[in-house]
Amino acid sequence: MSALTFPPPPVSAEAEILRTEVRAFLARELAGVPAIRKAESWSGFDADFSRKLGARGWIGMTFPKEYGGHGRTALERYVVIEELLAAGAPVVGHWIADRQSGPSILRFGSEAQKRFFIPRIVAGECFFCIGMSEPNSGSDLASVRTRATKVDGGWRINGTKLWTSQAHLSHFMILFCRTSGTVEDRQNGTSQFLVDMKATQGLSIRPVNALTGEHHFNEIVFQDAFVPDDALLGEEGQGWHQVTSELAYERSGPERFLSSFILLVETLRMIGTAPTERAAVAIGRIGAHLVTLRRLSRSVAGMLQGGENPATQAALVKDLGALLEQAIPDIARSLVAIDPPTEATEGFAEVLAYTTLHAPSFSLRGGTREILRGIIARGLGLR
Amino acid sequence: MLVETAERLFGDAVTPQVLAASERGGFAQGAWDALEEAGLHLALLPESAGGFGVGTAEALSLLRVAGRHALPLPLAETMLAGWLLSRADIAVPAGAMTLATGPGLSLGADGRLTGTVRGVAWGRHVRAIAVLLEDSRVALVEGGFTVVARENIAREPRDTLTFDTMVSAMAVSPVSAADLRAAGAATRALLIAGALERITGMTTQYALDRTQFGRPIGRFQAVQHSLATLAAETAAAIAAGDIAAEAVGEAMAIPAIAAAKARASEAAGIGAGLAHQIHGAIGFTYEHSLHYFTKRLHAWRDEYGGEAEWSALLGRHLAAAGADALWPTLTAI
Repeated sequence: MSALTFPPPPVSAEAEILRTEVRAFLARELAGVPAIRKAESWSGFDADFSRKLGARGWIGMTFPKEYGGHGRTALERYVVIEELLAAGAPVVGHWIADRQSGPSILRFGSEAQKRFFIPRIVAGECFFCIGMSEPNSGSDLASVRTRATKVDGGWRINGTKLWTSQAHLSHFMILFCRTSGTVEDRQNGTSQFLVDMKATQGLSIRPVNALTGEHHFNEIVFQDAFVPDDALLGEEGQGWHQVTSELAYERSGPERFLSSFILLVETLRMIGTAPTERAAVAIGRIGAHLVTLRRLSRSVAGMLQGGENPATQAALVKDLGALLEQAIPDIARSLVAIDPPTEATEGFAEVLAYTTLHAPSFSLRGGTREILRGIIARGLGLR
Repeated sequence: MLVETAERLFGDAVTPQVLAASERGGFAQGAWDALEEAGLHLALLPESAGGFGVGTAEALSLLRVAGRHALPLPLAETMLAGWLLSRADIAVPAGAMTLATGPGLSLGADGRLTGTVRGVAWGRHVRAIAVLLEDSRVALVEGGFTVVARENIAREPRDTLTFDTMVSAMAVSPVSAADLRAAGAATRALLIAGALERITGMTTQYALDRTQFGRPIGRFQAVQHSLATLAAETAAAIAAGDIAAEAVGEAMAIPAIAAAKARASEAAGIGAGLAHQIHGAIGFTYEHSLHYFTKRLHAWRDEYGGEAEWSALLGRHLAAAGADALWPTLTAI
């Protein structure tokens, strides 16, 4: 498989039937929700909504039935998540668990871990956060310093995690940390743990507010925090291998090109149904990007379903997607004047401001643009 | 199978010498003979008209291979002309063909075609031309026109033809002028995807081979990031080409082609620029082969409509459905 292999995405009639069901559900559930709430995209939190999705069978869709999953295809899951994102549904509660924690547990977890976690995730009642970044270990994940030391009956953890989105709302974290060796050993000697965010003694959560003042991020300090033996996920020392296998899931989904979608909808509302030539060209260009990105992203979903690890292709999707998401606010403001303020532009201006302020994060979270381009260069054989 | 045959055949036949000779106005007869012997130009035709029963998308994917090799032959034109004729139940003649359409042409009830049309691809090298009139009649012309040689930015023949001749056949065309322009745009999206694939490969290899400051330039992060961007644009063009290939058919999916051509054309410009930047001065010489691909990228991004034309069409389509229908409209493309 070359770096530029993008097989045609799978097609499925069942998935399209599912799409109409999801649309009807969302039309009901999100009726009356203002655009500014929808613009939060996959940063919006609503535990009740997550539970409702779980009840509909739309969380853990690809997880095997024997663990309470729904045994559906990656394409069916793709349809559900892209519909949720395009509608601006508040999904962040269950998002990480559905996207990567659940699949990691299924892949590397013990039988008991699968029996415990998967049904709860599927119900939309067990939220996960990602314990990867640290104060001095952001893009350079292999320089991780947080350490778990073997003690009687479990592990004692010391260190600090940073930029942990939704940690304060999550029930569990998949912690990536060192279990042997030193920072100089890089990828070797790392492991993953399933850490109970509510019950673990010696774990404290401190908010790190974003530039908007919102609380999404956290700093998590582990001070002699004890986790039992059965918290180890997978094999001791295999943390790097396990964590990197999550990344294609993390980078290629529709959340990597739909973060500004609600702003695009509101821009179109301002432009109206008979746009000027300039507006038509601008909107059409974004549409052309979205249509091609969606094809690439669905192609990666097909490869993941087939058991491949298309890390380079996922990085290509995320790099292109973030560029588009970040271009949309500028295009929107070039098409709709917000000064002087009017009643008609008030709602649009709010969504524009929200998206403009969040746009810098689009090429930081989930792997910075620079890291992604390094991965692509490696995929091309340059390093 | 079809694609592998084409890859091997074009790889053997299209050398830098052949490309240079073609730029001087020659016709790569040997390459055409090989292509015709393999029947590749018939791939888009139904079996009843001499095709071999592959799907439209697979047939059109040959053009991505053609783009990879800067194939200096009227493959896209012959495929499109045959498609246009066969859709109107006109018997498709053997050999290379091209297309002519435009307001400058008129066809009398007696079957006499008159008028001038510009930009006819490969006009000087073909006898048979499928002509689409503005009133949705299609005609087959076999000779009986004069040629003023013109070329596009890639020095491919784009000639001015003046007709005063009786047509060999005519019929009402189920393919409209807008459909034909879209089908043409689809061919260019696929050609662009292929050429971008090729220059991504060439540029990556060059970055590995070329040493400066004691190491291959591909070891420098700035160069790696430019190459990553080139690869990303190529990926987008590949997706666009595939979308375009699937959009051609009895019912043309025009918004899909609009998206595909707009995106591929944008990628063509960015990609050509990056390939030149990374190749440095050597890529600016005639001697180096890069220009055969980058010049074609510039030609193809404008032929059958550039970003502005297709983005505007798609933008009007999206806007007309209304803001709240944006997502359903996009997913239906």
